[in-house]
Amino acid sequence: MTPALPPGVRLHWDAVRGTHVLLAPERVLMLDAVGHAILSRVDGATAVAALVADLAAAFDAPAEEVGPDVTEFLEGLARERLVDLHA
Amino acid sequence: MPDGARPTAVPPPIALLAELTHRCPLSCPYCSNPLELTRREAELSVADWAEVFRQAAALGVLQVHLSGGEPASRRDLEEIVAAARGAGLYANLITSGIGLTADRIAALVAAGVDHVQLSVQGTRAETADRVGGYRGGFARKMEVAEALAAAGLALTLNAVMHRHNLAELPEVFDLAERLGARRVEVACVQFQGWALANRAVLQPTLEQVEEAKQLVGAARRDRAGRLVIDFVPPDYYADLPKACMGGWGSTGLNVAPDGAVLPCHAAQTIPGMVFANVRETPLDEIWYRGPAFAAFRGTEWMPEPCRSCDRREVDFGGCRCQALAVLGDASAPDPVCRRTPGRARLDELLAAEGNAPGLDAARWRRIGG
Repeated sequence: MTPALPPGVRLHWDAVRGTHVLLAPERVLMLDAVGHAILSRVDGATAVAALVADLAAAFDAPAEEVGPDVTEFLEGLARERLVDLHA
Repeated sequence: MPDGARPTAVPPPIALLAELTHRCPLSCPYCSNPLELTRREAELSVADWAEVFRQAAALGVLQVHLSGGEPASRRDLEEIVAAARGAGLYANLITSGIGLTADRIAALVAAGVDHVQLSVQGTRAETADRVGGYRGGFARKMEVAEALAAAGLALTLNAVMHRHNLAELPEVFDLAERLGARRVEVACVQFQGWALANRAVLQPTLEQVEEAKQLVGAARRDRAGRLVIDFVPPDYYADLPKACMGGWGSTGLNVAPDGAVLPCHAAQTIPGMVFANVRETPLDEIWYRGPAFAAFRGTEWMPEPCRSCDRREVDFGGCRCQALAVLGDASAPDPVCRRTPGRARLDELLAAEGNAPGLDAARWRRIGG
């Protein structure tokens, strides 16, 4: 499963509020550090498994703990059509 | 007032509605623009808009909604989009599609447009063209939708629904998916501007409203993960008001075609309210210290029963312009609210409008009308 940001959805640094945001049609999501760490690795080419491994290394956390959180986060965004999940 | 005196309780705005022009080839009687439409000569220039966008971004605005009238009626729309992106804003184009061509769409993509919201007045050409007052409009929109999809643009379909097109609601969802839209907005007409002048003609029936709610619920279940459905239910049939603009002067601001800065698009109907203009006053000053934005911000201005209501920071007393339109008092509680005495007046109106005239009785939107 490979996540991608669809057309009309992009990351943005909000300099006024000092936070990363996800900009989308009629939507603005304020991202915490974890949300940004996940979405900044979404490039349409990296599979979820590789993304989880990368995050686990970066945050020095076990992949089996990181994995379910990442999947849940991405699937939630996919339901709102803010992320595409390709087989 | 020095910078240090900025009211700390006021958050920066997130969204800017840029009404680029009041010109429009359509003449929809449900239009929310004011009855007195601004003429072309008074419109802000590209350079003016670029300055507005720079100031808006510095103020904290993240998204600009380019609207009108019909934004494509401006030949310099592509430059305005480029200026919005240049300022670091997310550029959302709200259009009827009329005036867009494949060439202009390519230019908009090059300028960096992020998303397009395309309106339809119905799902059948006969209905849509009659409501829009523009023959051939629906067919033209379908061509534009194909060109937008071919250009790879993110698309939302927007359908304003009322008594004369609610029968087509089930087809709206199919049309949205067929056109490749990922989102659809089904907005029951809100009675401001031309729509208010045509309220008796456009007011849906209770039966239509109940059916629409069921259809939206079913479509959300059936199309989950494919189509995101935003639904704006009709105010007059609700029991509690909406938080207009997410609360007056709290999340967004409008700039009218001539540069007047408004807390909401209908605010100019409120007597005695003075609006600063971006040609003369910095946006930051208008947002944080402008009297129009302060007038109904927060809860201090509220009368009872709003002031002591547990929903005062949920709906912020509802819509000021609706209180004015129905009760003649912009500082009264929104008459939609069943906890307020004004509701009786709204119910009288609904009862009186049960025997609605046909669409032929509508007052069609036009400049100088």
